[in-house]
Amino acid sequence: MAEFIDRWGTTIVDETFATFQMVTISLFFSILIGLPLGVLLVISRTGDKRNIWLYRVLNVIINTIRSVPFIILLFALLPFTRLIVGTSIGVRGVIIPLVIYTAPYLARLIESSLLEVDQGVIEAYQAMGIKPLSIIWHVMIREAKPSIILGITIAVIGLIGATAMAGLVGAGGLGDLAYRFGHVRYQPDVMYVTIVILIIIIQAIQSFGNILSQKAKKD
Amino acid sequence: MIELRNITKEFHTGKNTVIKALDDVSLTVSKGEIYGVIGYSGAGKSTLVRMANLLEVPTSGSVIIDGEDLVTLSKEQLRQKRQNIGMIFQGFNLLKTLTVYQNIAIPLKLTGVSEAEIKVRVKKYLDIVGLSDKTDVYPNQLSGGQKQRVAIARALSHEPDILLSDEATSALDPDTTDQILALLLKINRELGITILLITHEMHVIQQICDRVAVMENGKIIEQGLVVDLYTDPKHETTKRFVSSIFPSQTPGAIIEDLRKDGPILDLTFVGEVAEKPSLSTISNLFHIETNILSGNIVELKDQTFGKLRAHVKGNTEETTKAIDYLTTHGVIVREVRSHG
Repeated sequence: MAEFIDRWGTTIVDETFATFQMVTISLFFSILIGLPLGVLLVISRTGDKRNIWLYRVLNVIINTIRSVPFIILLFALLPFTRLIVGTSIGVRGVIIPLVIYTAPYLARLIESSLLEVDQGVIEAYQAMGIKPLSIIWHVMIREAKPSIILGITIAVIGLIGATAMAGLVGAGGLGDLAYRFGHVRYQPDVMYVTIVILIIIIQAIQSFGNILSQKAKKD
Repeated sequence: MIELRNITKEFHTGKNTVIKALDDVSLTVSKGEIYGVIGYSGAGKSTLVRMANLLEVPTSGSVIIDGEDLVTLSKEQLRQKRQNIGMIFQGFNLLKTLTVYQNIAIPLKLTGVSEAEIKVRVKKYLDIVGLSDKTDVYPNQLSGGQKQRVAIARALSHEPDILLSDEATSALDPDTTDQILALLLKINRELGITILLITHEMHVIQQICDRVAVMENGKIIEQGLVVDLYTDPKHETTKRFVSSIFPSQTPGAIIEDLRKDGPILDLTFVGEVAEKPSLSTISNLFHIETNILSGNIVELKDQTFGKLRAHVKGNTEETTKAIDYLTTHGVIVREVRSHG
């Protein structure tokens, strides 16, 4: 046991940190893109000034991106990544593919959360003469918050799964550790420990998301 | 104050199917009155009330509020105008994630009211609706009636001249309905707010409305003072609504049988007449006996209104005298000749 910790302790801590880094940075950008995109999907589909063509275009783009397996996306985006961040390897190199993979997914989750908001409440605010942007922020997003939080939780867990493939461009992370040492080099102890850590992290994230969502519900 | 002029509204439900929700409807609500629109579901009344703040845009026609046609206003002007038109709904439409206080305060803030003024107004209008002790409670902890009170306070807090009510009491039990109606009447009397409401319950019209329009198939089929409609409904649907308050089903066979001994009369009493013992007076004055078959007396907004169906037993001479007596004393008499 002590020997295992001596041998692998630092690596596991480092890789956990790498996973954490990849997830938080790409989550931040995914929300930044996914939230407005989700809103746009909803208002172009159901809003007052609905624009069905905008909706159709966004719909096709999102479906296309979501059809591509992450591993393909990762390589397909190599030149683009290099252009934007200057490198296509390491944690920095994997952020753009992760964001492009997660943001449309998150947009879909947010779209369905927003669609659940009672149309009557939106109407009540329109009847009070309140500006559309205020309605989006103070009514739609606010009322959908418990559901959006659950959506983000799902997206985070998806992100963690995707980071396992990030090892292919040398970004490291827990998934990569389990694969490289546990599977390829046949060191099952490393694999099991890593998987247990991942299970704990995912359980924790899901519980945390559930609690936050419940709190936001206010009932 | 509110004038809907030749409003037509069509909905396109499919490629070639058009539904006419409103068909050349005109309606005028005067300042300070409570105007009710009644109709069965699908009659177009909900579309009608939503015209008054342009939540529903007419296919043709004008919506004139205080001399301004809403259809011609810019988006910004319409928003300003809407702040002067409150609205309450069947489903209350409160934000679940906000407290009672926030539910009233946030819309005020979003329309540019100052923090200090918001505090004053929330307190004032929660007092008026009788919920001052619920400021920090979330809507899910309130009953339906309380939620509607919060919605009313929210609407009033913008200090509108007009309040639109879209089936505001339809989701409430009878007791709560009466409380909300009493509150609307109080708002109308004390704050001078003009109210346009729609409902499918005659009870609502009876209790608080000055005037009423009856709708069917996207058209107004009858409109006028509530008391006139009660006294002399013309259209079949109106008759049905009035008889929902005054059920007078006497089996045809009984009518035939009783008529051999004297006429069956439908008596309508409006105002003070309703409070006088007219039937016992005629029994004393003339050589007849009276027997009440069915009847009801209700309180309209400003007066009492009663309908009785009675059998008058006696010879033709005496019953004719009795009918004359009733007529000269302000009772509207109609003889029932067949069942119905």
